[in-house]
Amino acid sequence: MTAAQTSVGSSGFPHRHLLGIEGLSRSEIAFLLDLADHYAAEDPRAHRPSALLAGHTVINLFFENSTRTRTSFELAAKRLGAEVINMSVASSSIKKGETLIDTAMTLTAMRPDLLVVRHPDSGAVSLLSEKVDCAVINAGDGSHEHPTQALLDALSIRQRRGRLAGLTVAICGDLLHSRVARSNIHLLTTMGARVRVIGPPTLLPSGIERFGVTAYHDMRTGLADVDIVMMLRLQNERMQGSYVPSVREYFRFYGLDREKLALAKPDALIMHPGPMNRGVEIDSELADDIDRSLIRTQVAMGVAVRMACLHALLRGTAPPEEGRA
Amino acid sequence: MVQESATAPARSARVAYLNARLLCPESGLDAPGALLTEGGRIADLGPQLFNEGVPEGIATVDCAGACLAPGLVDMRVQLREPGQEHKETIASASRAAAAGGITSMVALPNTDPPVDDVAGVEFVARRAREEKLVKVYTYAALTRRLEGQEITEIGLLHEYGARGFTDGVKPLADAQVLRRALSYATAFDTVILQLPQEPALSGGMMNGGELATRLGLSGIPPLAEVMLLERDLRLVEMTGGRYHASLISTAEAVEAIRRAKAKGLAVTCDTAPHYFTLNENAVGDYRSFAKVMPPLRSESDREAVAAAVADGTIDAICSDHAPQDQDAKRLPFAHAEWGMAGLETLLPLSLALVHQGRLSLLDLLRRLTATPAGILQGHAALTPGAPADLVLFDPERPWVIDPDRFLSKSKNAPYDRHPVQGQVLRSVVDGRSIFTA
Repeated sequence: MTAAQTSVGSSGFPHRHLLGIEGLSRSEIAFLLDLADHYAAEDPRAHRPSALLAGHTVINLFFENSTRTRTSFELAAKRLGAEVINMSVASSSIKKGETLIDTAMTLTAMRPDLLVVRHPDSGAVSLLSEKVDCAVINAGDGSHEHPTQALLDALSIRQRRGRLAGLTVAICGDLLHSRVARSNIHLLTTMGARVRVIGPPTLLPSGIERFGVTAYHDMRTGLADVDIVMMLRLQNERMQGSYVPSVREYFRFYGLDREKLALAKPDALIMHPGPMNRGVEIDSELADDIDRSLIRTQVAMGVAVRMACLHALLRGTAPPEEGRA
Repeated sequence: MVQESATAPARSARVAYLNARLLCPESGLDAPGALLTEGGRIADLGPQLFNEGVPEGIATVDCAGACLAPGLVDMRVQLREPGQEHKETIASASRAAAAGGITSMVALPNTDPPVDDVAGVEFVARRAREEKLVKVYTYAALTRRLEGQEITEIGLLHEYGARGFTDGVKPLADAQVLRRALSYATAFDTVILQLPQEPALSGGMMNGGELATRLGLSGIPPLAEVMLLERDLRLVEMTGGRYHASLISTAEAVEAIRRAKAKGLAVTCDTAPHYFTLNENAVGDYRSFAKVMPPLRSESDREAVAAAVADGTIDAICSDHAPQDQDAKRLPFAHAEWGMAGLETLLPLSLALVHQGRLSLLDLLRRLTATPAGILQGHAALTPGAPADLVLFDPERPWVIDPDRFLSKSKNAPYDRHPVQGQVLRSVVDGRSIFTA
């Protein structure tokens, strides 16, 4: 399936929407990361307003609660001079019985330039993108994709390591339900990194090897000599005997602590998409270790990556404004 | 199986077993000879050993031609401690096991409270150490409180010594829970044991059929077994989990296991002596001592089970020891508890298959020692360096079962005045004789 639809004209990112990483080419991903590098180098506190997206309207349409991602998109759009409207649908229209398509039609009538959409159902953002006449960015759909998270993860790695190709990245934990994992697997394998997935058999989806990754059930073998350890969040409701027997057992065998991290390369970096469950998938001490943890860098890169995505989708080939870097 | 005893005799203590028929299913050894134990371990053995006489300072046991083999490994025992100590305790079950030639036994987790956490596993290990008799291991519950919903801490329990995971006498009905359990357990390479009886069809009291109809008792169709077994085997195929079917009692289930093994699935199974010794007629005049789960089946099923033990389709024979007191059994058939005591009759009842010419003595011992030990990731062999866990028995000596003389606290066996051939003479655990006839 193609996650991004091709539009007329040629630029570094010839797609109308950003619905997923799957289907993007190496050069398209590199284009977004280069553009994000440019925005990451800017100092937002220099207070030089951008007019790149002046007069554009961006609607953050969230069918699922999220503070971090929504705020990140909102800041990105505002720093580029766009108008931003936030709509949390989880609490309003859905309860009144309005369908996804109804919502899309209503929003289209408001003539926004771009929708940022998060939805608890896989495929819902893609469905919505077919029914509106503006650009759509997928901010997470069910267990399917979360492309801007994968881009900001890649940017964080690239900034610290200088490259993606040739690195070995271990993605650990609840792969089964993780959209972050799927987007990261697509992105990292496309960019030439080696990807391992590590988790209890109940949380590794069937056929995951077909994604070009190597699967491990044992952290001790899976983490050996990796460059990057990417931990995933384990939802509470999955720890009570359904997928995993208990929190303590999960932490014992699949939580990241110093002992397990010692098996990775000596300079291996730790990542986590947040919000973290300290003491479940990651030891608190490690999460806060600024030498090893990229977790705060990931948050900082989030805004830059989203500025790059808004730029690429709304202004196509326009160069970043001069003199703002 | 390896469990260090706290009371292994002094390192220097040496015992020579002379004039024995040495039988080791793992190596295929079946020859006259002698065996030397030193401390808790086997030091040497063979046909030539001590041909020149026994040196000074070594105690001797004259086996007088009797069979010396690895002690039996009983993979299905109910201990009743904690919770129902009036029926059995770890101490009384250990004495009964020793009398039966069993040197290692594995308990079901269906005590009160059930063994579904690390403390439960440690309790059994500690009590076994205190009793210093046979080696007692336990399975842990597969689901919390044996409720069939939430999987237990398989990884931690495995590390603490749980030998496998099962809900004991309760079949796990929920396919999704079993699927996840099988899948999850692959990370720890542990075995999941299931009593394959479809619960929705197992509400009856005895085997479904003409006799049940005549007695007016509700029947459990043989189909209940193969139906759940076949579903489970599909899940095994899907997940790659290690699965053991407990107490195979029907011809159709035997066939299903045979097909699964031919496919290469990681599947093993066991049965108990009553499923190849008795048929449903033992229920006769509402004899509640013959009320077991799965129920005693038809004569053709019994025959199929015996043949499957002989050809190895059924890997292991367990006692399925299920002690019940008088109050639990002297009731109208429908209200009586399930199960029969079996520790002290496991070997002689099983030997009947050898006497019938169905399989060799060595093959029978394999079903009682090396194979069950292997399923539970242990060993049972006559090998220098291995723990000196041994049984000495006379396979021919005739006697008559008298449940009143059982060392088990419970006497619920339907073998009153049942003649058998083959008697345990001595049981040795870690080099110490813990039972002598």
